[in-house]
Amino acid sequence: MATVSLEAIKKSFGSTDVIHGVDIDIKDGEFIVIVGPSGCGKSTLLRMVAGLETVTSGEVRIDGNRVNDLEPMDRDIAMVFQNYALYPHMSVFDNMAYGLKIAGTPKSEIVERVDVAAKLLQLEPYLKRRPRELSGGQRQRVAMGRAIVRKPSVFLFDEPLSNLDAKLRVQMRLEIKQLQKRLGVTSLYVTHDQVEAMTLADRMIVMNGGVADQIGAPLEVYANPATEFVAGFIGSPPTNFLKTDLASVATPGASTLGVRPEHLRLTTDPAPMSGTVLYSEALGAETLVHLKLVDETLVTVRQNATDPLPDEGKTVGLLWDARDQMLFDAQGRRCASDAA
Amino acid sequence: MEKRVTFKGLWLPLLLVLPQIVITAVFFFYPAGQAIWQSLFIPDPFGLSMQYVGLGNFEYLLGNSYYRASFVTTAVFSILVTVVSMGIALYLAVLADRLIKGSGVYRTLLIWPYAVAPAVAGVLWLFMFNTRVGVVTWYLGVLGYDWNHVLNGEEAMGLVVVASAWGRISYNFLFFLAGLQSIPKSVIEAAAIDGARFWTRFRTIVFPLLSPTTFFLLVVNIVYAFFETFGVIHTITSGGPQQSTTILVYKVFSDGFVGQDLGSSAAQSVILLVIVGLLTIVQFKYIERRVHY
Repeated sequence: MATVSLEAIKKSFGSTDVIHGVDIDIKDGEFIVIVGPSGCGKSTLLRMVAGLETVTSGEVRIDGNRVNDLEPMDRDIAMVFQNYALYPHMSVFDNMAYGLKIAGTPKSEIVERVDVAAKLLQLEPYLKRRPRELSGGQRQRVAMGRAIVRKPSVFLFDEPLSNLDAKLRVQMRLEIKQLQKRLGVTSLYVTHDQVEAMTLADRMIVMNGGVADQIGAPLEVYANPATEFVAGFIGSPPTNFLKTDLASVATPGASTLGVRPEHLRLTTDPAPMSGTVLYSEALGAETLVHLKLVDETLVTVRQNATDPLPDEGKTVGLLWDARDQMLFDAQGRRCASDAA
Repeated sequence: MEKRVTFKGLWLPLLLVLPQIVITAVFFFYPAGQAIWQSLFIPDPFGLSMQYVGLGNFEYLLGNSYYRASFVTTAVFSILVTVVSMGIALYLAVLADRLIKGSGVYRTLLIWPYAVAPAVAGVLWLFMFNTRVGVVTWYLGVLGYDWNHVLNGEEAMGLVVVASAWGRISYNFLFFLAGLQSIPKSVIEAAAIDGARFWTRFRTIVFPLLSPTTFFLLVVNIVYAFFETFGVIHTITSGGPQQSTTILVYKVFSDGFVGQDLGSSAAQSVILLVIVGLLTIVQFKYIERRVHY
């Protein structure tokens, strides 16, 4: 159990700056997800907390203590890697017991703690097996078990689910969330998958090119994105972006207007804005209608499956409520007058 | 799915493997057959007649204390060469693996000694340790140590071991470095987070994961020490003093071509043939189950 705080964290590799200053105070027991596209510096940020990368400038504090110069083993953290990083020559039991053995924990306590973790993760039948004799999901659980048995102050997850197939990913996502709730350990979780971020996070950090564009609760970020990037990255299908002059919005400084697909409605009236239907995707509960506007912008509308389907090639009108629109300036930042 | 290439006729595949078969036949089967044949005879000193003695040559050898001593010498020599060359190579590889800048230069320089022929390497070390003009000998003299491998059997052994191991370090280094680099970095990082410091990580994670490489090198180095160190020993000690560096291969040469006892020499060759055969079996058996974890 611990708080983690990052203060103006920067990282450069040689002359290349990859992280330009990130600040966050993480409360004890909080689940923080760092999300962003590949190359945005999210893994580097996590590895700096782990102590696997040096911090170029800024401060990393765990439970109030500065840990910048501490080795990973002295930070009281545990990490789950994307490729699990299990020790291939050791049994599942030995994999989980490794850290405890090094710490000189008494043998009876090691057995007890590994048994508890194995029971929690349903790994009991596999304790004698080697990692290569396990499925992807089981390996993932062993990696989690290895983190749990040491009872660290902070869990770090580096894209732990991206090597699993889609169905397993959804299942493991739930398990991780429940596990973290039950153990109450402060967690940092890196992913490129915005659905994982939305479902897991107490708060999320949306990273873009080495900058934390927005830090906030998932629904708050979804409803009120701070930048054009966040609006486009969080939510699937992504937010539609329209040129303000085309949408005839005359807010000074605003250059782009964003509307979520679910906030758009199709009408028969082609004013004030219209588009040509390209194709529709019926997903069962909902239908996605893809349109092309007069300036070639592509727009997606999400409507209920019960709503009438427009014919392909037909020109239809587009409507939305003014309170659902988001205005961004030329630099991609939310216009001050617009932010709620 | 049949993934191998299959040929319709018989002639093309035969033609393709012919060069290898010819080379093996001329340089291995024929001499090996000759050795086995000759090991059953004792020729007269002028090579004009041969007398059949059955296994007499072998019986004589196994009862000969010099030959048994040569076995011990060979064992000591091989173990020392293997341990020294692999130990130093592993140490250097671990250092090179941690290196980020200039590792290319470092590696290239470390590989060079491998290009030096054994006989040349022997002469090189002989110069440095020459009892009268050797640089190292002189410095040892300054330190108060009287180096003389011409008279001292243990010093002679030490010198041929060092000279034989030197070129071998490069070869072992390459394999160890490749082995180290194929260990996933995240496994090492996981161990670091689990609390293992460098030495513990090396002992419990790196070395076990390196074991396929280590085992392969062990066999290869023993074979090398047994059979390919002739040039080094010939140039430095010629098997002396008092046969203290006469390993089995060197004894084949000295008994056969210096002592002119071709029957015994051939019998020794046959014994070596059996040893190398056994080592090869061990190696192949192992390579079949290369990944053991």
